[in-house]
Amino acid sequence: MINEIEAARNAALAEIAALGDVEAVSTATARLTGKKSALSGLKKGLGALESIDDKKAAGQAINAALAAVNTALDDRRAELNAAALADRVEHERLDLTEFVAAPTRGHAHLVTQAWERLEDLFIGLGFQIAEGPEVETDWHNFEALNMGEGHPARGEFDTLFLDYAPPGGQPGSTLLRTHTSPVQIRTMLAGKPPIYIVAPGRVFRRDTADATHMPVFHQIEGLVVDRHITMADLAGTIEAFTKAFFGSEFTSRLRPYHFPFTEPSAEFDIQRPDGSWIELGGCGMVHPDVLRAGGIDPEEWSGFAFGFGIDRMAKERHGVDDLREMFSNDIRFLEQF
Amino acid sequence: MDVLLSWLNDYGDFGDPADPAAVARVCDALTSLGVEVASVDVVGQTVDGVVAARVLRLEQHPDAAKVQRVYVDAGDGAERHVWCGAFNMAVGDIVPLATLGTEMPNGMTIERRGILGIDSEGMLCSASELGLGDDHSGIHLLPSDTPLGVPYGDALGLTLDALIDVEVIRNRPDTLGYVGIARDLAPALGVEFRPPIPPTPPAGESLSAPVELVDGDRCPRFTSTVISGVVVAPSADWMARRLLAAGMRPISNVVDVSNYVMLELNQPNHAYDLDALGGGGFRVRLAADGETLTTLDGEQRTFTHDDLFICDGDDVPIGVGGVMGGLDSEISESTTTVALEMAWFDPYGVARTVTRANLRSEASTRFERGVDPYGMPLAIARFAELLAETCPDLVVHDGAVDARTEHLPPEQRHTEVRISAVNRVLGTSLAADDLPGLLDPIGYTVTGSGDTRTVALPSWRPDSSGEIDVVEEVARHYGYANLGKRVPQSVVHGSLTDHQQRRRLARQVLLGLGISEAMPNPFLAPDTQQRAGIPGEVISITNPLVAEESVLRTSLRPGLLKAIAFNESHRRAGVALFEVGHVYPPGDGELPDEFESLTVVLAGREAPAAIAVWRELAAALGVGARIDQSRVAAGLHSTRSATLQVGKDAIGAVGEIAPEVLAAFDVEERVAILEVDLDRLLARPAKPSQWKPTSRYPSSDLDLAFVVGDEFSAERVEKAIRQGAGKLLVELTLFDAYRGDRVPPQTRSLAYRLRLQAADRNLTDGDVADVRRSVETVTTKLGVELRS
Repeated sequence: MINEIEAARNAALAEIAALGDVEAVSTATARLTGKKSALSGLKKGLGALESIDDKKAAGQAINAALAAVNTALDDRRAELNAAALADRVEHERLDLTEFVAAPTRGHAHLVTQAWERLEDLFIGLGFQIAEGPEVETDWHNFEALNMGEGHPARGEFDTLFLDYAPPGGQPGSTLLRTHTSPVQIRTMLAGKPPIYIVAPGRVFRRDTADATHMPVFHQIEGLVVDRHITMADLAGTIEAFTKAFFGSEFTSRLRPYHFPFTEPSAEFDIQRPDGSWIELGGCGMVHPDVLRAGGIDPEEWSGFAFGFGIDRMAKERHGVDDLREMFSNDIRFLEQF
Repeated sequence: MDVLLSWLNDYGDFGDPADPAAVARVCDALTSLGVEVASVDVVGQTVDGVVAARVLRLEQHPDAAKVQRVYVDAGDGAERHVWCGAFNMAVGDIVPLATLGTEMPNGMTIERRGILGIDSEGMLCSASELGLGDDHSGIHLLPSDTPLGVPYGDALGLTLDALIDVEVIRNRPDTLGYVGIARDLAPALGVEFRPPIPPTPPAGESLSAPVELVDGDRCPRFTSTVISGVVVAPSADWMARRLLAAGMRPISNVVDVSNYVMLELNQPNHAYDLDALGGGGFRVRLAADGETLTTLDGEQRTFTHDDLFICDGDDVPIGVGGVMGGLDSEISESTTTVALEMAWFDPYGVARTVTRANLRSEASTRFERGVDPYGMPLAIARFAELLAETCPDLVVHDGAVDARTEHLPPEQRHTEVRISAVNRVLGTSLAADDLPGLLDPIGYTVTGSGDTRTVALPSWRPDSSGEIDVVEEVARHYGYANLGKRVPQSVVHGSLTDHQQRRRLARQVLLGLGISEAMPNPFLAPDTQQRAGIPGEVISITNPLVAEESVLRTSLRPGLLKAIAFNESHRRAGVALFEVGHVYPPGDGELPDEFESLTVVLAGREAPAAIAVWRELAAALGVGARIDQSRVAAGLHSTRSATLQVGKDAIGAVGEIAPEVLAAFDVEERVAILEVDLDRLLARPAKPSQWKPTSRYPSSDLDLAFVVGDEFSAERVEKAIRQGAGKLLVELTLFDAYRGDRVPPQTRSLAYRLRLQAADRNLTDGDVADVRRSVETVTTKLGVELRS
């Protein structure tokens, strides 16, 4: 009996080892371990054995053989599954450089990128973002900024005038704003101090386009009006901006200058780690006349303002050597950034 | 203004011009004072080893026609032979000889090597070879009395000097003169300021050139001084050298002194030959319209009644007031008596003439910015002192005329300055007693005691009038760098507004859809909008640079269409671009009806692509609008476009550009377009989307197809399905639109997939059948046939 069990077991194991795929393993499972299998069939012969011990020994041998067959089936199944998976993975091999890259994302304009970066930085310093119209009145663009009729500084702005005259208004009093400073006036008139704003925006000059000038360009302007604001606050804000925007190894300085709308006025320069200077923009303490034009009492409040070009920041950052390229709307340019 | 440091040192010991560290110190101090240094040039460098030598004899070599043999004596008694390619010297001339071993500025070292086997013991030099100018036509001859063997630089009086190019800021006209710069610089460097103090000239007999101020508002002060004993001759070398360094050609002693006084004291002036001056005096009046005058530069110009003429006593124009003299007013070699004009002109008036006539001069630059209205007496005395150096018999006559009008600014101007105001603006803690030390050295005289002081404002600082102007002077001389740096503690919460945040979101959505951002020029040619099919009035620029950029856009479309055409012409079809920018339709308010538009153009795409962009954008921004195909915006494709309606208002348009517009812009592809008025679109704050629970029970799909007439919108079919299907409908997809043989003409089959799901149970076949029946009821009522 034991011999027969041994033979049936070996036959089953040999058959399992030869199974070629997972489906064959499933069919073989019923045939080799089911009620009609050779090993199960041997159980019927147990009754013919005489001694209890023999019956017991033979029964145990059959069960052990069945267990061995089941294990062999499981192992074979796992083996075949692993081989099939390996085979599939091998067949799915791809050359990952074998494709043509097609751009799918859109590209924000360089000016927008610089603009938003500057906005975020000043938001971090506690500023809000103010905006204003690009077509302005003479009053907001000049008069309220301490440049009355005939002021010589007006000539430096190369203003573009419009044929729009408001009802009952003067012809020639509507213009394309030459700087973002009118937003200062609008902000002061619309609210009360404390004021902490930056005003990014588009500005216009009667200037022939060349590598470093565009008749249409972008500026960002800052205005702070609060109690106890001094020139040290201005210098500190410029310094904080410098370090945040350019890096902690950069520093800044204020240099006396003249603007009609600030006094004392300054230009601010940024010093690179190599010691060289970049002239960046203008700033100063808001002139008392300008505060008054904004409806603010200069004896109670004081403030500072600063401004500089956005386009130039983008130009320098990305090494664009001609500003006109930035506004060509050439997709081959836009896709680079 | 070019400032020669050696000249500036006349007014204070500012620094050794030959010492780079001293020059840098001066430049840094100027910068910190707001006197901007544009550049610094080292001048007066000489080449070591080049000495004066006399030409002993000249010989021609038979085999060398283009050079000659020159024998020179360099003072050591030896006769040296050099080859030379120039022929402009004669025996006895003194020439610069570069001796053997000399390193020339161009890098060449002088060697013995000659030609034809004959050595050359040096080289004779041209002006350009010595860095003295551009002249390389011949050897640079030295003065005939030059001792032999001395360095040529000594012979020419060359010394190392620094030429500092100072940029003059609008409010600092005083820095257009050496004395003004020196006055500002002296306290900053802690040196003593030494202004010129010319002696009062001895009074000669009375002789006047009378002055009549007809238009005194334009010329509030005019002085005329008669000076005789003038001998017109070349200036002294030192003066000629300084003027040359300042970029002015020395002409004669009288003209040179005139220029020198202008550069030194910032007082432009003009000397007339009294004997040639018609009527022997001056008449100052506005020109008549169309009156002409040939100016000093040789051009005949026409003037207007807003230009000021200096006329002679016979009313013949001899100069443009504050700008330029007339050609015929020049003094001549035979002049012996001059009438010296020193005047003060209205800065705005000079500026107008300069702009209108496009005529600029050293004088007009100064008058435009503001000359000291009380600086004439010093300048006249200085003129006489300097001219007397070459005219020993000079007489300044009594009877000088000083004509003034009420338009002359007052001589004494004061302002009160509160020390509290100074400290409040600057953040300093200065005491009132600190003010004199900061202000007196620069001519702001502080008087009084207590916390408020009276400050007399100097007449050469026309920009200074009030307290805040004095605060700026205090800041400059206290030092901007010493004011400290402090970050103000903003009490405001830094943030973007809802509008600004959603505008950024709109950009992000579009970028994510593969659309890039363009920034076309907002200025258009007068007919561009018309070519784009956009009606309506436009605003024009009254002083455009070019006609092609003279009109303000009222739509972003033209700029974007041009961008597509540009890219197509560079073989980039299919570009997708958007712009967020202002447009400027006229209105009837104080300002035009300017608003911010967002426009998307998709080249090579059809209208549904634009609708898809709109859907994404609207969903992201939490906004909605009705697509109304019954109204089509001008310039768009009439059967493939719609307006976006919110209530009765159109806030935008979507569809395709009209074919004739595409043709007008040379665009080859179809262009799908979406444009919205961003200001109105974002006017209402977005409502946050509210959560709808997703069901845990299985869903069932029901496919239904309808035969729909072409004129019948799919939107209505969709609406009917939603109405009929009720709550169980969780997703509705149009998965096919079929036109062809299997449906009647002018109809199409629209096939929808309805995904049905209940929140609380499994669906039964009965549920699905009910939905189908109910949808059919609604669509049948609409007259839409369900295909079986």
